[in-house]
Amino acid sequence: MPAVQETVERVKSIDVDQYKYGFVTDIESDKAPKGLDESTVRFISAKKGEPEWMLEWRLEAFRRWKTMQEPTWARVNYPKIDYQDLYYYAAPKQKKGPESLDEVDPEILKTYEKLGIPLREQEMLAGVQKSKIAVDAVFDSVSVVTTFKDELKKAGVIFSSMSDAIREHPDLVKQYLGSVVPITDNFFATLNSAVFSDGSFVYVPKGVRCPMELSTYFRMNEKNTGQFERTLIIADEGAYVSYLEGCTAPTRDENQLHAAVVELIALKDAEIKYSTVQNWYPGDAQGKGGVYNFVTKRGDCRGENSKISWTQVETGSAITWKYPSCILRGDNSSGEFYSIAISNGYQQVDSGTKMIHLGKNTTSRIISKGIAAGNSDNTYRGLVSANRRASGARNFTNCDSLLIGDKCGAHTVPYIEAKNSSAVFEHEATTSKISEDMLFYCMQRGLSQEDAVALVVNGFVKDVLQHLPMEFAVEAQKLIAISLEGSVG
Amino acid sequence: MNLLEVKNLHAEVVGKKILNGLSLTVEPGKVHAIMGPNGSGKSTLSYILAGKPGYEVTEGSVAFNGQNLLELPADERAAAGLFLAFQYPMEIPGVATMTFLRTALNSVRKQRGEAELSTPDFLRLVREKAADLKIDQEMLKRAVNVGFSGGEKKRNEILQMALLQPKLCVLDETDSGLDIDALKIVSDGVNKLRAPDRSFIVITHYQRLLNHIVPDVVHVMARGRIVKTGGAELARELEAKGYAAFEQAA
Repeated sequence: MPAVQETVERVKSIDVDQYKYGFVTDIESDKAPKGLDESTVRFISAKKGEPEWMLEWRLEAFRRWKTMQEPTWARVNYPKIDYQDLYYYAAPKQKKGPESLDEVDPEILKTYEKLGIPLREQEMLAGVQKSKIAVDAVFDSVSVVTTFKDELKKAGVIFSSMSDAIREHPDLVKQYLGSVVPITDNFFATLNSAVFSDGSFVYVPKGVRCPMELSTYFRMNEKNTGQFERTLIIADEGAYVSYLEGCTAPTRDENQLHAAVVELIALKDAEIKYSTVQNWYPGDAQGKGGVYNFVTKRGDCRGENSKISWTQVETGSAITWKYPSCILRGDNSSGEFYSIAISNGYQQVDSGTKMIHLGKNTTSRIISKGIAAGNSDNTYRGLVSANRRASGARNFTNCDSLLIGDKCGAHTVPYIEAKNSSAVFEHEATTSKISEDMLFYCMQRGLSQEDAVALVVNGFVKDVLQHLPMEFAVEAQKLIAISLEGSVG
Repeated sequence: MNLLEVKNLHAEVVGKKILNGLSLTVEPGKVHAIMGPNGSGKSTLSYILAGKPGYEVTEGSVAFNGQNLLELPADERAAAGLFLAFQYPMEIPGVATMTFLRTALNSVRKQRGEAELSTPDFLRLVREKAADLKIDQEMLKRAVNVGFSGGEKKRNEILQMALLQPKLCVLDETDSGLDIDALKIVSDGVNKLRAPDRSFIVITHYQRLLNHIVPDVVHVMARGRIVKTGGAELARELEAKGYAAFEQAA
């Protein structure tokens, strides 16, 4: 049987991936009543002890949301979501916020241990990890612990849960929250604005280079619960920060909803590097279950010479709807988007970026690698635009798609709008199939078919992998191999 | 025992019959040349030996070292010691040649029950073999065969052959696309690998290559079978008379 044919057969018979993060943590949780109305919004705000202005902000978003329609332009299909059949808040039960790790429920600590996320600072320091990484761990709707807070504080860096930031740094939150993704932005972002529960907050002051990588680890545990996290990162003038998020969820038959909002603000001469390794549960081989991932991520290069760089490795979720974007407002600012999106089984990915050139001499770069296997559909959707006053704007885009088998689809939908005649936009795109000849060549040199596919795919995504922080590049490489395990014979 | 024993081999590709009762015996340490016109089935034979998908054997048998070769997948054939130097080596974008060589060597070693080579040992080995073929280190950093010249691709094939230490090397028109200097380098590389426990099947259109790699046995192939076998002098006779006379014999 020809190799590719065999591959297709294997995909049919195997579970989408041997998803190893599919376990459920047995823990009592504190939930808001099912469904969504104003009282739910009030409940969440009260649970978090929020000030009045925050509640008002949420309520305004909620009223707006009620008038909005779910978007339908993406190339994804899913049954209608009943927003009244969801829980909007779930928190591990405890009397008050934990003061130290010793007060965190051991079941939760065990969960992170199983996931390989280090939460104990001393273990991290004593352990094999070469570089220090500060972690904010978000479990369902709340942040359970943030590490290395004190050390970061010495450098003047604020790294905390969003809930803490609202209480402790209200001025910063008021000034920046919703300034990149306004509450009216889109259906899912508006929903998030009304009911967001937690997330991470980062502020790096003027001229400070954040002394370590910051990272947030999101875990969805509860059944029928939406996760709506909100992340806000501000790099003040001349500051630098590198941030990574990772995500997993248990294996469940029901679909889980995830609608997050991430806002990045880079002031003059500042740089933010944001990396994502997204591995939400993708559903089983028949396409049952899995996470619906509707995410709005946007960065604002507000000052001159600022830079924002998005790197994403997307392997999970039943549906991915996600377009990390850059608004290039400051003159000479630059935006980058590096993406690897892998779909297998019945996964549907509609992802890409928007590079909005407003300032003069702004530059952007897009490298997107889509890999489709099984019965999946993988779409790149991107917008590159230049405003009238964006003279000297430059963009380079490269979108490559790789198909494995003949039941999957790859689509590229680029939008290009230049209102300034001096803008130079370049677009390159290729679609290729893993050829039988290439696999045969590798196998003739002794590689198993699985190793041959992994080798070819790793070569395909190399340009993007090298933009991830080292530790995560290794993790991502493994994840890619696991995600494609079902697709090779 | 013979290294390779092909008996009455019939094979087809997408329903088209290419091999018609081909028989061939290769003893250890010997160099066999197979010559023949376009479309006589030479490349098909090499693909069937290496286990390329899509080539269907309808009759006959192939024994390699006493083992039924046809029931093994391609990677196991490679591990068993069969190497095919491709007429058109594939390009693998983004994969450094060095990485590819190392992955291949370690895969084969693993299947042969040998330990993986350490990085210093591997680098030493590659440097030594590459120098023999006048391959510079820069080339090994580039992606496999991407942007390589015809000569570089063929030298890269022989380098892989030298690293993997096969028992039977099948060279499919290795001389095509080579200038005289490259032909000399490649031939020297092959001659260096000649050993009492290693055999070669050299597939070519032209006598030219056989001036450098002197065969022990020459076969003429036409219409999917071997129609004449002789010594090195047979190649010269072919060069003088052309294939037409033999095609009629088939």
